Amino acid sequence: MGTHNHHNDYNFSEQFTFTGRAKVVSLVALAIGIVTIAIGLLSNDHVTVERTYANLLLMGYYFTGVCAAGGCFLAIQYVTQAGWPSGLIRIPQAMAYILPVASLILLLIIVGGLFSHNLYHHWFGEGLTDPDSPSYDAIIAGKSSFLNAPGFLLRQVAFMGTYSICAWMLARYSYSEDLHGGLNSYKKSFKLSAIFLVIFGFTSPIWMFDTIMSLEAHWFSTMFGWYNFAAIFVSGLCVITLIVILLKKSGYLAWVNENHLHDLGKLIFGFSIFWTYVWFAQFMLIWYANIPEETVYFYKRWEPEYKPWFWINVFINFVIPVLVLVNRDFVRNSKILAAVCIVLLLGHWLDFYIMVMPGTVETHRAFGWVEIGSALGFTGLFAFLVLNKLSKHALAPAKHPFLEESLHHQI
Amino acid sequence: MSNIKYILGSFADPDEMMDGIDKLQANNISIYDCFTPMPIHGIEAKLGVKPSRLPIAAFCFGITGTFLGFSLLYYTMTYDWPINIGGKPSLPLPAFVPVTFEVTILLCALGMVATFFYRNHLFPGRAPRVMDLRATDDRFIIAIDAKDNGDHEKIESLLKSAGAVEVKYNERKYVSYE
Repeated sequence: MGTHNHHNDYNFSEQFTFTGRAKVVSLVALAIGIVTIAIGLLSNDHVTVERTYANLLLMGYYFTGVCAAGGCFLAIQYVTQAGWPSGLIRIPQAMAYILPVASLILLLIIVGGLFSHNLYHHWFGEGLTDPDSPSYDAIIAGKSSFLNAPGFLLRQVAFMGTYSICAWMLARYSYSEDLHGGLNSYKKSFKLSAIFLVIFGFTSPIWMFDTIMSLEAHWFSTMFGWYNFAAIFVSGLCVITLIVILLKKSGYLAWVNENHLHDLGKLIFGFSIFWTYVWFAQFMLIWYANIPEETVYFYKRWEPEYKPWFWINVFINFVIPVLVLVNRDFVRNSKILAAVCIVLLLGHWLDFYIMVMPGTVETHRAFGWVEIGSALGFTGLFAFLVLNKLSKHALAPAKHPFLEESLHHQI
Repeated sequence: MSNIKYILGSFADPDEMMDGIDKLQANNISIYDCFTPMPIHGIEAKLGVKPSRLPIAAFCFGITGTFLGFSLLYYTMTYDWPINIGGKPSLPLPAFVPVTFEVTILLCALGMVATFFYRNHLFPGRAPRVMDLRATDDRFIIAIDAKDNGDHEKIESLLKSAGAVEVKYNERKYVSYE
């Protein structure tokens, strides 16, 4: 009897071998990035240095955000006791595992940018909060009880440190599950995930206010945290999906099929719509109410050098996923899904670009070797660290209590 | 010929019912339909059920809602009584998005519920008609059209060998809850 008890013969202990082209390409990209950033930071031209810092912040934030999204995805799966993704959970685990590295790099960028006055100069500078100084700024002075360098740095360390520890421990629990089996790791992961999600949910908007929104410290938006969460979560999902598709293409992950891709695609579809919802809610209210202290953000982005990109951003990140991923056959086709993931990753780079640049290099916006070089460098670093971590453990969590459910997932 | 209209194989286990479907299909016996108290993964593909056309209906209702919502806003805010709000144009498209969106969703949702009721003959006050009452509780039913498939003994033996706990010969298509 039974159609569900045909025995599987998957090799759950198979490991990714990180050699050859993947290793060379990621290291070359990393080298290009290091050279670009070194040239940019050592430049005599003040604008080039500032532009390099802006790009470092953009990519450092993108990198940390994607890794944090990996940890967040993992935690959501544990808290909801979801079975379907357990076959592919090693990929977000590898991303979560390298979150400490990403956080440390972002922290270095933030400290360097803050004290060299290349970043956050809207609120951190000589005399901005001193009423007797000619550069006194009443708005910044009013915010200085929150927005001051010691508090800012303390929050960065506390927030990123907590996210890193939680994400790293979630990955560790699963790796130790491989050795010891039993339900102990799963129960500990469940508890830690619940704690992590509460902490992340309440503090990540503040972290995003600090890291990105304070670049233009006169402006504020309470939607900004959710808008950024949606952006990093979509990006994280796209990265997970892309790695799954590439691994499958190289002959790994035989137990992951189009049903799992379909679910990942649905999440990308849903969170793209959520991103647009928050983007639009923030934009429309400010546009219609027309209060100068709020419109200043969009005023800058409607200057001729930003306006076309401002609208292209919405087109790429909303129209393309909605029109393509609404179709069941497209979502289940790994080539089409991979193409959408790449487009969305580029689209969210543009999204972060539009968030960061007007508050840093302002009208000196450019797209050239600094942007491409630093994007390549961080992509190379991310690929190297994640693939290296993937090669250290089996590609399936063989003793995960829901692995069997994942094998029979069908939608 | 007898007056038997449908033969119902009643199973206690979904896996046994799926096995029964395989056995009948291997013997070229056409299956009228299956009734289960819960969704069974993969049963549509096995029975060759065509994909639902409900999404098409949903799209039609949705697009009607889009036009309706937009027309309402255009008539009231732009055509009939334009008001200068914050110096914005009298056709403030971004401000139209939420209402248009909500009316689209409303019509889409209500339309889909109405379509579902219409298609399943479910109206308020009407007793639902089912082929076997226990298919809504704890039994998994395979229904076979008795007129189209002549060899009833073979059908019964196939169903029994797959694990059917009961085989019924019904002269009426439906039993009613009344």
